[in-house]
Amino acid sequence: MKYIIAVIKPHRLEYVKEELAKEGVHLLTVVDALGCGRQKGITEVYRGVKEVGNLLRKVKIEVGVTDEFLEKAINAIVKGAKEELIGDGKIFIFNMENCVRIRTGEQGKIAIG
Amino acid sequence: MNINYSDTVWMVVATAMVMLMIPTLAFFYGGLVRKKNILSVLMQTFVILAVISLQWILFGYTLAFGPDKGHLIGGLDFLFLNGVGTAPIKGQTIPHQLFMMFQMMFAVITPTLIIGAFVERIKFSGFLIFTILWSTIIYDPIAHWVWGGGWLHALGALDFAGGTVIHITAGTSALVLALLLGKRKGIDSHRAPHNLPFSVFGAGFLWFGWFGFNGGSALAMNGVAITAILNTHIAAASGAVVWMIIDWKYNEVPTLLGVITGLVSGLVAITPAAGFVSPLSSIAIGGGGSLIGYLFVDKIKGKFGYDDSLDVFGVHGMAGIWGAIATGIFSSKSINKDGANGLIYGETSQLVVQILTILVVVAVSAIGTYILYKIVDKITGMRVDERSEYIGLDLTQHHETGYTLME
Repeated sequence: MKYIIAVIKPHRLEYVKEELAKEGVHLLTVVDALGCGRQKGITEVYRGVKEVGNLLRKVKIEVGVTDEFLEKAINAIVKGAKEELIGDGKIFIFNMENCVRIRTGEQGKIAIG
Repeated sequence: MNINYSDTVWMVVATAMVMLMIPTLAFFYGGLVRKKNILSVLMQTFVILAVISLQWILFGYTLAFGPDKGHLIGGLDFLFLNGVGTAPIKGQTIPHQLFMMFQMMFAVITPTLIIGAFVERIKFSGFLIFTILWSTIIYDPIAHWVWGGGWLHALGALDFAGGTVIHITAGTSALVLALLLGKRKGIDSHRAPHNLPFSVFGAGFLWFGWFGFNGGSALAMNGVAITAILNTHIAAASGAVVWMIIDWKYNEVPTLLGVITGLVSGLVAITPAAGFVSPLSSIAIGGGGSLIGYLFVDKIKGKFGYDDSLDVFGVHGMAGIWGAIATGIFSSKSINKDGANGLIYGETSQLVVQILTILVVVAVSAIGTYILYKIVDKITGMRVDERSEYIGLDLTQHHETGYTLME
């Protein structure tokens, strides 16, 4: 079992959700976030003065998957989030020790989906 | 006639009350969109207030209220406010400039209502050109036909404060724009209003401002003005209660968005009738507007699948049409001697005129909007590209954001 954390551009969230759904991944957590990478933000103007933000709006997607879904989920996120521009984001993958469904107490693979 | 100063003071207050409806309508609409588009809605509203005020002073007013040319359009006598001074025009007791300014607020608020149909996807440049053309080519002539001595006025059409001129024109044009623009992107998963309290704040001030809107349309401080204000209040109350009850029945609980939508539907419905009907009739008119608005927004719109984002057609168009019809049903000469007797007082002729007026205004607004859309779409484009739409209009059209995430 793996735990995936992806940091993407907010306006790509709909595409990523769509791609994940196509691969059968429907359960995910989405968090508003600010991030700082190599990308420059969209120029904002304050009373005529141009400013480029350093911390940019990002969306963090977190999803737990069984090993068989790992590649599918990663590919879906890449496909949905990719604009081939700086700032498209990153995907981090972790080993996941266990997963518990609170309602039933089920553990392991069965509790993920 | 000489200037009457109590009439004048009331009309100054009424003009200011209608002006206040414009920024508060911005918050009514702004609360209903996603947070990445809040500023674009406020921006569009404030820019209409500025631009159409200038349009009105330069040439809009004379097209609508200049001396009649063949019952079709106003002459250019008042171009650049030439000859619009403080002496009252025939039949009025307030300074001509004050009448011009009161009407200016109506000319501003009408295109502002249409914003609700194209929020979250309109290109700002296209919006700006479209609005100026729409006001000049659709609003100004129709205002002339109904209020400025044009042919619908000659037929005897009754529209006390703008049911046809304002709400039916705006509602119909909104529907056409929604159909031409298509649905918003990504709306299915983020349908909820981003700030409903903004919308409630806006609705409260609309209710308040509408006293000036309808009461001021008497153009004097007299019995008709008082009746219009009372009717306005009753219709809003009735609209709110009716929507709440229907909501409760069909959706298990009464919703706040339902209550504010209902009160606005009631206000729209009473607008053409406000100075012609009895307070008791206003319960039926306001409640009827709410019922029709609800049926349209909740039951009928979904079947067609177009995205009239903030229900301009359902609320302003349909409740406006109901109000215009209701004027032909409930009007009474005992309320306003300049009005007419409606269906319940045994006369059918007024109802026929009202229906004819509705058909004309719907047709002209729809066809005119279609043509203007096609023209402006060629010049600047009307819709932003998909990426800009997903990022949001605040950042892509104005390089600003409404909210920060931290601090």
